[in-house]
Amino acid sequence: MAAAARSQVMSLYRTMLRESAKFPSYNYRNYALRRVRDAFKANRNVEDPKAVERLMEEGWQTLALIQRQVPERVTACGCASSMWRCRAVSLSVQLLPLSLHL
Amino acid sequence: MLASGRTVSSRLLRPTAWLPLRLSSERTAASFPQKELIKKHEQDEPRPLYMDFQATTPMDPRVLDAMLPYQVNYYGNPHSRTHAYGWESESAMETARKVESCSIFRKQVADLIGADPREIVFTSGATESNNMAIKGVARFYKAKKRHVITTQTEHKCVLDSCRILESEGFDVTYLPVQNNGLLDLELLEASIRTDTSLVSVMTVNNEIGVKQPIKEIGQICRSKGVFFHTDAAQAVGKIPISISDWKIDLMSISGHKIYGPKGVGALYVRRRPRVRLEPIQNGGGQERGLRSGTVPTPLAVGLGAACSIAQEEMEYDHQRVSMLANRLVQKVMSEIPDVIMNGDPEQRYPGCINLSFAYVEGESLLMALKDVALSSGSACTSASLEPSYVLRAIGADEDLAHSSIRFGIGRFTTEEEVDYTAEKCIEQVHRLREMSPLWEMSQEGIDLKSINWTQH
Repeated sequence: MAAAARSQVMSLYRTMLRESAKFPSYNYRNYALRRVRDAFKANRNVEDPKAVERLMEEGWQTLALIQRQVPERVTACGCASSMWRCRAVSLSVQLLPLSLHL
Repeated sequence: MLASGRTVSSRLLRPTAWLPLRLSSERTAASFPQKELIKKHEQDEPRPLYMDFQATTPMDPRVLDAMLPYQVNYYGNPHSRTHAYGWESESAMETARKVESCSIFRKQVADLIGADPREIVFTSGATESNNMAIKGVARFYKAKKRHVITTQTEHKCVLDSCRILESEGFDVTYLPVQNNGLLDLELLEASIRTDTSLVSVMTVNNEIGVKQPIKEIGQICRSKGVFFHTDAAQAVGKIPISISDWKIDLMSISGHKIYGPKGVGALYVRRRPRVRLEPIQNGGGQERGLRSGTVPTPLAVGLGAACSIAQEEMEYDHQRVSMLANRLVQKVMSEIPDVIMNGDPEQRYPGCINLSFAYVEGESLLMALKDVALSSGSACTSASLEPSYVLRAIGADEDLAHSSIRFGIGRFTTEEEVDYTAEKCIEQVHRLREMSPLWEMSQEGIDLKSINWTQH
């Protein structure tokens, strides 16, 4: 039981750090990474299962909050490609056969 | 019949130069024109480091998250979903039902200062709260009480409101402060007359960061039966405040100083014993008749969220800001001689550091540090060329008042930003001092005060 909880906590921690690293703004990104690390470090020795449950719940909610505010996918050039899904490219791909036929 | 090149079909057969040619795997839309513009903008003009948290603060992402449903959804309708952001949770919408009285958010603000929710009035900011408090209380009690006391280091809106009261026939005493920026309590006690209605002293000064002895001032005012107003815009959420311990009757709160939205603030008005004020904004009787007008729900939500976050994070933020402030001050003061910190070194909020660099002009230092967003003096006086009245009030010399810079450290400041600022500052001060004739003279041992500058 405790081992399962520990792996869940680690998984949440890793996911939160991964999502926090996606903030486009330097200040928000660093704050999120630092705050997540410090929060998990501070609560490292909590034993009471109810408290752990409550903290995990808070963690999931914070993770959802971060996910709402960061781009879905961050590409190599650092731009938020989720916003511009290359609609123009797909549109031009559709028009290409049209121009070739006439 | 028609020449080639004239028909529609032939035009379409021509190579379509307007199509983006690289339709290959590089679908990162690097060819998309808007994205290019933004990337170019960011590469050519990176934004400066923000070290001016006393002027305003960026909104905390958690506050934005709390506000979003109320911006894009109709309140009181918890069953619709905001598809733009994919809200799954309906419990977020349930609180919308209670939005009518803004009760939850009012409670969040009240809890931060230890008040009752019914004592909080939402306003458009600390400036409006200050105006309401000072003009409102003074005008309500004007039949018997015609005297108001304030200090010389208050915010412009407080001083301006007092000036208006003076033109209406009130008597206003502007108390001087000591060299460390703190108010002299005996002087305050001596200044209180039988016809004093209000004393207004700000909790934490926005220019020098000095923390006034509010508990003692509250004690004095309560014993003399005078209302005590404090402008706590810079203090709320940063230091623990208790309106009952400190015996405060009116308190101004600003949203955008505590990582909340701009355009909202609050005024705490005590109910027991009741503080009456004449409202500035009349109308439908909202907010207990003290401030009519629809409460901006998204902004009120933002203020409530900012207050509850501030309450949770106060300890963590205070430790971190103190650490960063010490780091900055140690670095700067150990490398450069003749640097003076304005304001009391103990009784202060650590995040607001005001340093005066002798023999260096403040504006030129600000321009030299152009990739750090700093300020000399407060935002509301930065447009004028005069040195800050706060520095003059604490008795700083003219030349030192001109050469002061305010460093603001907040929740989102990183160690790298602080280190960079300190190094840049040291480098530029050295450079400017090399060029300064006053510095040369002082190095040779000439006492600058003894020089008789000739009058042409």
